[in-house]
Amino acid sequence: MAKQGPIKVDGTITETLPNAMFKVTLESGHTILAHISGKMRMNFIKILVGDKVTVELSPYDLTKGRITYRYK
Amino acid sequence: MRKIPLKSTGELALMRESGRIVAEVLALVGGAIRPGVATVELDTLAEGYIRAQGAEPAFKGYGHDPSNLFPATLCVSLDDEVVHGFPSPTPLEEGQVVSIDVGVLKNGFYGDGAMTFAVGRTGEEKRELLRVTEEALYRGIAQARAGNHLYDISSAIQEHVEAAGFSVVKDLVWHGVGRNLHEEPAVPNYGVRGTGVVLRPGMVLAIEPMVNAGTYRVKVDSDGWTVRTADGRPSAHFEHTVAIRNGEAEILTRYGQTGSH
Repeated sequence: MAKQGPIKVDGTITETLPNAMFKVTLESGHTILAHISGKMRMNFIKILVGDKVTVELSPYDLTKGRITYRYK
Repeated sequence: MRKIPLKSTGELALMRESGRIVAEVLALVGGAIRPGVATVELDTLAEGYIRAQGAEPAFKGYGHDPSNLFPATLCVSLDDEVVHGFPSPTPLEEGQVVSIDVGVLKNGFYGDGAMTFAVGRTGEEKRELLRVTEEALYRGIAQARAGNHLYDISSAIQEHVEAAGFSVVKDLVWHGVGRNLHEEPAVPNYGVRGTGVVLRPGMVLAIEPMVNAGTYRVKVDSDGWTVRTADGRPSAHFEHTVAIRNGEAEILTRYGQTGSH
């Protein structure tokens, strides 16, 4: 049985942009634009270039994602 | 990547058992597919066989929404249905293609496998779609060896499918399998060669290309489960549970094959 729902992939932050947007290079090699999830903003989780993160991708627009986790 | 569980030799022996039952169910159900048969009959056949083997159907009662759990042993997906269709009392018709996906749970370990079958004689496009999708699965499995990268599998699948003029479904992913039906990693059927985690012996993956004749886009029916192609053209789905080792992967859900080959 295949898994439904958002595709979760890991990547590395390559550039920080204004408005809590980031460029993330995914393990698959693609570079996408990602914003950080609301919960991460509330908890003031700081994200820097080079950090490893988990990104949720919408299958409908694979160039944009949502950062849901930052690895320590 | 969150941690991918590695299976011990003892755990792999148990997974081989679950995989064998999956393969036997697919052979049994495949042999019963013909015009006029209702897919609910196939479901009953499959469930009876699984329980007689001391195992449980893994999909029945599975789901994230407690008010809408998967109701059957088999996922039965006809023609433009990609995956996760329900068995139905409507008889199969000559010329259809039907995807059968089955999961079993025995000794705490899951096995997961799928095949798409032609009902009687089908048109050329459907035959080609089935052939390419099955080939894509084996192209992917050929890359599933220790030392290779995870997306070597996905890119092999994608390249083979797209070279034939078909498309891989992007909304759904394949997955690790073991003590859970869905484990890390979750992997799309597309990607860039040489990226992703390095495969290690003991990882067990349920590799499943889902291939559409037309657009990759899909939609989900109001039942919350049935995924079908956005353009109404047919789709195919083949899946094996494979164990990574040095050299060629061991296919745990291959029919007539117990243990290493």
